Amino acid sequence: MFETLSDRLSGILDKLTGRGSLSEADVDAALREVRRALIEADAALDVVKSFTDKVRARAVGAEVIRSVTPGQMVVKIVHDALVETLGADEGGLDLRAAAPVPILMVGLQGSGKTTTTAKIAKRLKEREKKRILMASLDVRRPAAQEQLAILGTQIGVDTLEIIAGQNPVTITQRAMDQARRGGYDVVMLDTAGRLHIDAELMAENAAVRDACRPHETLLVADALTGQDAVNLAKSFNEQIGITGIVLTRIDGDGRGGAALSMRAVTGKPIKLMGTGEKLDGLEDFHPGRIASRILGMGDVVSLVEKAAETIDHDKARKIAARMKKGTFDLEDMAEQLQQVVKMGGLGGIMGMMPGVAKMKKQISEANLDNKIVARQIAIISSMTKFEKANPKVMNASRKKRVAAGSGTKVEEINKLLKMHLQMADMMKKLGRNPGLMGKMFGGGGGPSAAEMERMQAELASMDPSKLPPEMRAMMEQSGGKAAALPDLSKLSQGLPGLGASRGLPGLGGNIFKGFPGLPGKKK
Amino acid sequence: MSGFFKKLFGFKPAEEQPAIEVPVAVEAEAEIVVAVEPEPEIAIMAKAAEVILPEPEPESDPDPAPAAAPQAKTGWIGRLRQGLSKSSSVLSSGITGIFSKRKLDKATLEELEELLLKADLGLDMADRITKAVGQGRYDREIDPEEVKAILASEIAKVLKPVEVPFAFGGQKPFVVLVVGVNGAGKTTTIGKLGAIARREGLSVMLAACDTFRAAAIEQLTVWGGRIGAEVMSRPQGADSAGLAFDALKQAKETATDILLIDTAGRLQNKADLMAELDKIIRVLRKQDATAPHAVLLVLDATTGQNAILQAEVFSKVAGVTGIIMTKLDGTARGGILVSLSERFGLPVHAIGVGESVDDLQPFDADAFARAIAGL
Repeated sequence: MFETLSDRLSGILDKLTGRGSLSEADVDAALREVRRALIEADAALDVVKSFTDKVRARAVGAEVIRSVTPGQMVVKIVHDALVETLGADEGGLDLRAAAPVPILMVGLQGSGKTTTTAKIAKRLKEREKKRILMASLDVRRPAAQEQLAILGTQIGVDTLEIIAGQNPVTITQRAMDQARRGGYDVVMLDTAGRLHIDAELMAENAAVRDACRPHETLLVADALTGQDAVNLAKSFNEQIGITGIVLTRIDGDGRGGAALSMRAVTGKPIKLMGTGEKLDGLEDFHPGRIASRILGMGDVVSLVEKAAETIDHDKARKIAARMKKGTFDLEDMAEQLQQVVKMGGLGGIMGMMPGVAKMKKQISEANLDNKIVARQIAIISSMTKFEKANPKVMNASRKKRVAAGSGTKVEEINKLLKMHLQMADMMKKLGRNPGLMGKMFGGGGGPSAAEMERMQAELASMDPSKLPPEMRAMMEQSGGKAAALPDLSKLSQGLPGLGASRGLPGLGGNIFKGFPGLPGKKK
Repeated sequence: MSGFFKKLFGFKPAEEQPAIEVPVAVEAEAEIVVAVEPEPEIAIMAKAAEVILPEPEPESDPDPAPAAAPQAKTGWIGRLRQGLSKSSSVLSSGITGIFSKRKLDKATLEELEELLLKADLGLDMADRITKAVGQGRYDREIDPEEVKAILASEIAKVLKPVEVPFAFGGQKPFVVLVVGVNGAGKTTTIGKLGAIARREGLSVMLAACDTFRAAAIEQLTVWGGRIGAEVMSRPQGADSAGLAFDALKQAKETATDILLIDTAGRLQNKADLMAELDKIIRVLRKQDATAPHAVLLVLDATTGQNAILQAEVFSKVAGVTGIIMTKLDGTARGGILVSLSERFGLPVHAIGVGESVDDLQPFDADAFARAIAGL
């Protein structure tokens, strides 16, 4: 449903190529779209206004760098301003205080306070070797205290003993006492979720605050929040006084405009981001990533991370070793196909690529079916070990047998074999080309955060003259026709941020290029 | 163009798929054009408002001890109004500010649009209402009350078709699957639904299929105790589909009237978790081809535009039959519900306006619209 800002702006501003600097009219036209994009991303209206004013002041008269269209230039200015507004990587919690350092967690119901409390405790325990005591002050929601206790057991962090009938202030005092006597470094206090207009509960929170004098008071807020983000951040900040924000559910597909709103309205840094249900799903805040996301410019970093997360490194390393030798058999190919499935299928991968968002609809209308991948895996599974290792032996009768075994047709097996040949070819070339991919396979880890940031920055300042003609054609024809879909193999090569890898990093091959023979869904 | 690409995605020839050719921008415009209609209803709406309106809440008071609201009777409407009062007072005082003794020109309309955007109505909806206000009134002096009436009537017009009270059907057991993203309020909503069913004299079983989140099972068990319902559970980490299957089996054996199935919260973009949801439904259908008889999507009122994606994906995977919106007791206005209704037309059964059992209330389109409009 979302168009990317760059696509939109290029539509408006492409006519203006060749001018020396951005005129006021250009900027106004562009800012209307920027405003739309920000509102669609749930950024609060007042924040959007002051933000666009800032951009206007900066953009009018700005020199357009050669070979960049005015639209691209505006996107760059907007992106930079967004990153600036969101704040630098201030990351991390401030624990420089006399132990035990109290950390108070506040937020609306269902924003993810308890889970985040446990995630932070786990992080502090593992990274900073702190001794932590967690206490739940939520005496309202059934089993809330038990929830924290269970999480504590899971991550090996102590929780305060639950005594029924105590009020939050008493629990707080007890927690501080026990922490002092027990020699804990940090006390994490998880409060009950509350509405920010609930005066009684806010007063309770204030009483808790006064009882523990927290060094950090973190507002836990859902990244999917709409315009209300401003109100809640403001009330919590005014009534309790927060020192930072933790943004949860950043792994959803929300655009995260709430981050901008809350940061702008409170002036407090976003310290951490929660990603996922698992207890290690906690990351430092990356303004660049959120900025790109708010502007709908695709999230290459997420793609890379997802790849890094889902790919089995041992298997990947084995494949890489074989690739270097130039052997890539059907077994390896089956692995690759399974990785694609794990990453949410072809649609899932493509949805995260910048510039592809627009094609998403066309892809879904094109009967792109993940069953194709499943069927190919089935074909390979129906082969004997010998056949998998030596695809050349596949003759007519073997093919017939495999087709019967996998419930497919001989043609499909032919297509698969052809595709394998092409993939094997490419793998050979790739094996000789150490790049990001080599790092990925060899080192076992993904690209560093710094590299990702750089990629993202490069992406933001995408130079259209370097884009392959197919992609430009796509941008020009809004909507486009099926026939005008670009050759994705070239597209992914042409993405500047991914230049080094010649493909999607971490996928063990350029998947788009790698699936030349992927058959369409049967009509 | 490229044969490779055709092969890759199995495109049908372009002629067969005219839909592809519609550029996105044009579509959006078309929507807007269709949406703008003349406004015959204003008069009716204004009349209706006169008749039904409870006395207005004191808007300036931030934490009102609502002496005005007769507690017993206006019960939930009062509560909703109380909940929405803060937001609607922002909205309505804003409207009053714009329109008091002013001519209706482009600038005023823009300001109105902004006010609507702040209520999470979304760009298209805000645009549509702004146009409706401007229709035939351009350059005329306009009364703030009239603007509110138009606003309420526009919102009510969209919401009226989706105002469908939730009813437990005759199937035995009547299986209700409750889905939504994390923290939307599924378990609490189930507790409240169960309480309503118990009050109607029905026997209820709760299935704790959120086997992922710590203490989710305990939370549901507490609810089961409160309302007098049997709770089916397995240790944390157990297969939720298997549990759903067994719960349905047991509900059949014990001739239970209502089976409420709680599921783990999941973000709609997580393919594997959505597949798990699909599996729960598949196994239920092995026993009863018509199950689940209702699939309720629980939406958090503070959610922004992402709610649209939530409704879309959950509908696709789980076949959502209705929406329950929670946490309407904050300053969130739930304006996204208006966009959702226009886009998907999914029935809105109930709204959650508080934490206690009685705070799950049937959805009333007119009251909701008026509360948003600040009438």
